[in-house]
Amino acid sequence: MTSLTTTQAAPARGFTLAQYLICMGGIVWREALRFVHQRGRFISALVRPLVWLFIFAAGFRSVLGVSIIPPYQTYILYPVYITPGLMAMIQLFNGMQSSLSMVYDRETGNMRTLLVSPLPRWYLLTSKLLAGAAVSILQVYAYLLVAFFWGIEPDSLWGYVAVLPALMLAGLMLGALGMALSSMVRQLENFAGVMNFVIFPMFFASSALYPIWKVQEGAPWLATVCQLNPFTYAVELIRFALYLQVDWLSLAVVSGCLVVFLAAAILAYDPARGMLIRRGGAAE
Amino acid sequence: MLAQREETVAKTSDAPPAAAEAALEVAGVTHFYGKRRALDNVSFTVAPGTFTVLLGLNGAGKSTLFSLITRLYVNRSGTIKIFGYDVAKQSGEALRRLGVVFQARTLDLELTVTQNLIYHAALHGIGPFEAKRRMVDVLARAGLADRAGEKVRNLSGGYIRRVEIARAFLHHPHLLLLDEPTVGLDIKARADIIAQVRDLVATEGLGVLWTTHLIDEIAPSDCVVILHQGKVLDKGVASEILARSGAPDMRSAFVKITGADISQGDAP
Repeated sequence: MTSLTTTQAAPARGFTLAQYLICMGGIVWREALRFVHQRGRFISALVRPLVWLFIFAAGFRSVLGVSIIPPYQTYILYPVYITPGLMAMIQLFNGMQSSLSMVYDRETGNMRTLLVSPLPRWYLLTSKLLAGAAVSILQVYAYLLVAFFWGIEPDSLWGYVAVLPALMLAGLMLGALGMALSSMVRQLENFAGVMNFVIFPMFFASSALYPIWKVQEGAPWLATVCQLNPFTYAVELIRFALYLQVDWLSLAVVSGCLVVFLAAAILAYDPARGMLIRRGGAAE
Repeated sequence: MLAQREETVAKTSDAPPAAAEAALEVAGVTHFYGKRRALDNVSFTVAPGTFTVLLGLNGAGKSTLFSLITRLYVNRSGTIKIFGYDVAKQSGEALRRLGVVFQARTLDLELTVTQNLIYHAALHGIGPFEAKRRMVDVLARAGLADRAGEKVRNLSGGYIRRVEIARAFLHHPHLLLLDEPTVGLDIKARADIIAQVRDLVATEGLGVLWTTHLIDEIAPSDCVVILHQGKVLDKGVASEILARSGAPDMRSAFVKITGADISQGDAP
């Protein structure tokens, strides 16, 4: 035996901190491997926001003038405005896609491999969430790299560092939402429904594509919806962080939603209640 | 010196806690789906070092019982204990002593055999170095030593099953659960897998619960639990059940005990 096994000598009862970390590391590692193998998923995750940036934003460049609003200190072009929105969109899609993969895992039985692990179930689900958020962050940075060559960059390059915690929080929040939803989606085919009823409304009724004050002028009711949409706060949290500022309201809303969605997801996968019991009948 | 001590620690924690303790104890388990009673007061035990067959037709409640033992969901009445640890209350201790092969294929097809096994080990808190060390042993046992680097997608159904059994043994459980592991395999692959598991029982003293609807998988010395429409109709050593029923073979004994019509469909 080598010294490497020192941390792995299992106690007769309970689990060591090292074992918890190994478990989380394994779940993140698998998610990363799967992501690397699904090259199509990576490419479409990258192409989607780029289409918005190159085509949509270019078309609207002169139509929409964006005045000076925090965190910006000068007049900005539309592509600059929607970049944080597109970063959040990448994370929204990824969060919902992980939820899709959980439905898929449940159907193929991979989910059961995860749930039969002796570590606490809340810990397994949280690890899974962390893995999904990590993958979404990789996607966001790939997008930022392309955007950089397109001439879109924050005032300071430190913005790329400062945005990391914001991305982590937003990624976890959206992933937790997806996980909670995954417990309600009965089958794989219903993902189209998730797309229509969750992704699109969340994305469009938010500050991702237009500033809320602008929406207020044309459709006050929509502005209210935007202000109630947690996705708006994910976008703003990212936008401010990219410019080295903290939007405290967004931080509070995103953190609060993370707690609520995570609690809902853990409850949904709880062995004593939640969807697994109700679905059990189908297993026979 | 230190290494030696670890060795002993590993040994003591790997040994079953007490000789008299049942590997698996199912006591008075009843389970409903809505109003439908899927399991009705089911009780039986699996002793360490025995090969126990849970025999029943499709829909007898085998999969439900399996979901309860693996804590996919928790039973509302009755108790399930693994080496004395209650699955519902001390799930961590219970599940770490349990290895499972699910009926559905649960390996990640895109990953290699090694990657799948490392992932599984991590889920049990076993790091990649230790996992690789153990892998050499479990894969050799399963006759898969040369397949470690291969993508699971490229393996045949029989090989995938063998990898799953090897995987289930990776964290050195004392109880192994297999849910219809031979379904969809050809005769040769079936025989290989039965031999692989019986070898684990003989050499490692594992308790095995093997669910099936195929009667020819039963050996005379196996323990058998006959589950029919959610109820345990008979249990004991196969040869004794046979003698008790007065039937010439296990197949007719099964028909006699359950009153099932197995002349058609995917009968045993």
